[in-house]
Amino acid sequence: MTREIAVVAFAQTDHRRTSAELSEVEMLMPVLHEVLDETGLKTADIDFTCSGSSDYLAGRAFSFTLALDGVGAWPPISESHVEMDGAWALYEAWTKLLTGEADTALVYSYGKSSPGSVRDVLTRQLDPYYVAPLWPDAVSLAALQAQALIDGGVTDEPALAAVGARSRSDAGANSHAQLRGSVPQGEYAVRPLRTGDCPPVGDGAAAVILAAGERARSLCARPAWIRGIDHRIEAHGLGVRDLTDSPSARLAAERAGAFERPVDTAELHAPFSSQEVVLRRALRLDDSVRVNPSGGALAANPVMAAGLIRIGEAAAGIHRGESDRALAHATSGPCLQQNLVAVLEGDPR
Amino acid sequence: MPEVLQAPLVLEFPFTRSLGPVQSAFLTGLRERVVLGVRTRDGRTLVPPVEYDPVTAEEIGELVEVAATGTVTTWAWNHEPRRGQPLDTPFAWVLVRLDGADTALLHVLDVPGPDSVHSGMRVRIRWAGERTGAITDIACFEPYDGAGERQDTGRTGATEAAVHSGEFENMVTGIVAPARLDYTYSPGRAQSAYIGALSERRTVGERCPSCRKVYVPPRGACPTCGVATSEQVEVGPRGTVTTYCIVNIKAKNLDIEVPYVYAHIALDGADLALHGRIAGIPYDRVRMGLRVEPVWKEGARHPDHYRPTGEPDAEYDTYKELL
Repeated sequence: MTREIAVVAFAQTDHRRTSAELSEVEMLMPVLHEVLDETGLKTADIDFTCSGSSDYLAGRAFSFTLALDGVGAWPPISESHVEMDGAWALYEAWTKLLTGEADTALVYSYGKSSPGSVRDVLTRQLDPYYVAPLWPDAVSLAALQAQALIDGGVTDEPALAAVGARSRSDAGANSHAQLRGSVPQGEYAVRPLRTGDCPPVGDGAAAVILAAGERARSLCARPAWIRGIDHRIEAHGLGVRDLTDSPSARLAAERAGAFERPVDTAELHAPFSSQEVVLRRALRLDDSVRVNPSGGALAANPVMAAGLIRIGEAAAGIHRGESDRALAHATSGPCLQQNLVAVLEGDPR
Repeated sequence: MPEVLQAPLVLEFPFTRSLGPVQSAFLTGLRERVVLGVRTRDGRTLVPPVEYDPVTAEEIGELVEVAATGTVTTWAWNHEPRRGQPLDTPFAWVLVRLDGADTALLHVLDVPGPDSVHSGMRVRIRWAGERTGAITDIACFEPYDGAGERQDTGRTGATEAAVHSGEFENMVTGIVAPARLDYTYSPGRAQSAYIGALSERRTVGERCPSCRKVYVPPRGACPTCGVATSEQVEVGPRGTVTTYCIVNIKAKNLDIEVPYVYAHIALDGADLALHGRIAGIPYDRVRMGLRVEPVWKEGARHPDHYRPTGEPDAEYDTYKELL
């Protein structure tokens, strides 16, 4: 029989443009302690630990090993790491709990974009033969997708600006967000995307605790049960894909069970306003769904943590009783190449 | 709080990559001003070519030649070129479907401004003067309005892809893709304090509030308890050799004669051993328990080496937990 697994605690840093005074582990530790305190668990009570981060952001090989100081890796613990957003670390932890080998898991991720240029860093995830030697930065690739949407009559620049404005306005209620309230739409970063269509560059970390079955009920008054998770990837060749659609996001949502019943809330990892347009269509989200009440990635986009934060925000809405069934989405790669969808539910009230 | 330290950090790699048969043919072709695609079993032509069908994952390798002219499928105007990008004047990023191809290639378009580019516009390849077998052999695309105009290779802008053997003289079998990323490295609070103290020839660690162990160098966390550390503790300067090895192979660019001794040294008051070189004693006289002290050189940011203090050796029981 399939085990029931839930997000029982979530914490995130205040995301900031720079945190030069803190090392990664110093930035991360407060959120680790926050989720442990929320549940009353100690590090020794955690059966499995999984993290997500990137050496290219840190500029150091095996950079995640230093962060392990923050989780008390002695005596030895069961631990794993993905060189991806923490949402994929959560996926690994979820499968570990499904096997029954663990009842609790700590998932965390972090990223400091401030030491380098994240636009240049992200070029290193591209095809190294045909694409990376041209150094197309993340904003430029997103702009190609935005123009394809405009040419296709799917959206226009004022509609994109409205996505950014709504995100930052909603972020006014999120004390952790980096950009809140009214933000100028600004000049073109790479046309047709203006600075207001792009995410802020910043540093941040997040942590989540997962627990199975009765353990989850004992740790959280209203656990956010994970009804399904799936993640899918599309061809790496940008010119092979239809950039105006996201078949991988749609398939992941279908396999996660997102279309079985309507959701009331969606936390979408859409770093660019144009990507929210693509995802709303692919995930069949109509105006009855609250999209990114946290402000989303347009209000705070700590690379490697922003996807995990979407799952955490969706779960926290259920914990607070503001949501009963939520969709959480994370992305990676250029132009929404990879997509993860999780469906979370609270117990009926 | 002490000043936050920062220093430039440059990562530079000449990534050397092998090419498979399809990529080898494509990149060698560019050197010869020939653009090759690959045909899938269902008859689509993929440019740039890949070795496996992105839909079926079937291995594919039937090469066809496509034209150097094509159509922009989408674009983005980049008014501020960045380091490494193909043009240093403002340009458009473009996806171009070459005539004869069913998929689009990413590159850049050299036009004066965003008003000079639109999806659907006709473009052609401008070849680089010196070509080596790389995607940058295409210098950029440029507007093209010459219907039936002959390419400077003597080929027509054919829309029907013709089968090509993919064979050229001196096939390119690998590429070197240099990558450089610039960072400003900050070591954070705990390590900044450690480095700051070293400049005064002091060594500071941090004590765990839970298990009371003193970690050096401090990283701001106790790896056993998983809690933040903040109480600074000065340790040393003297210490005890807990274990060591004798290095017999000279490292490149290292100005130290071999053999020399590399040791773990538990500074007095620390619960973790540091690394250091032992000198001032014949290498075969170094031993566990040897008492040592740091030797500084003028202007150095850390001890050059450690030398014997002349004290009696430490008892094994006093350092056995620090091995």
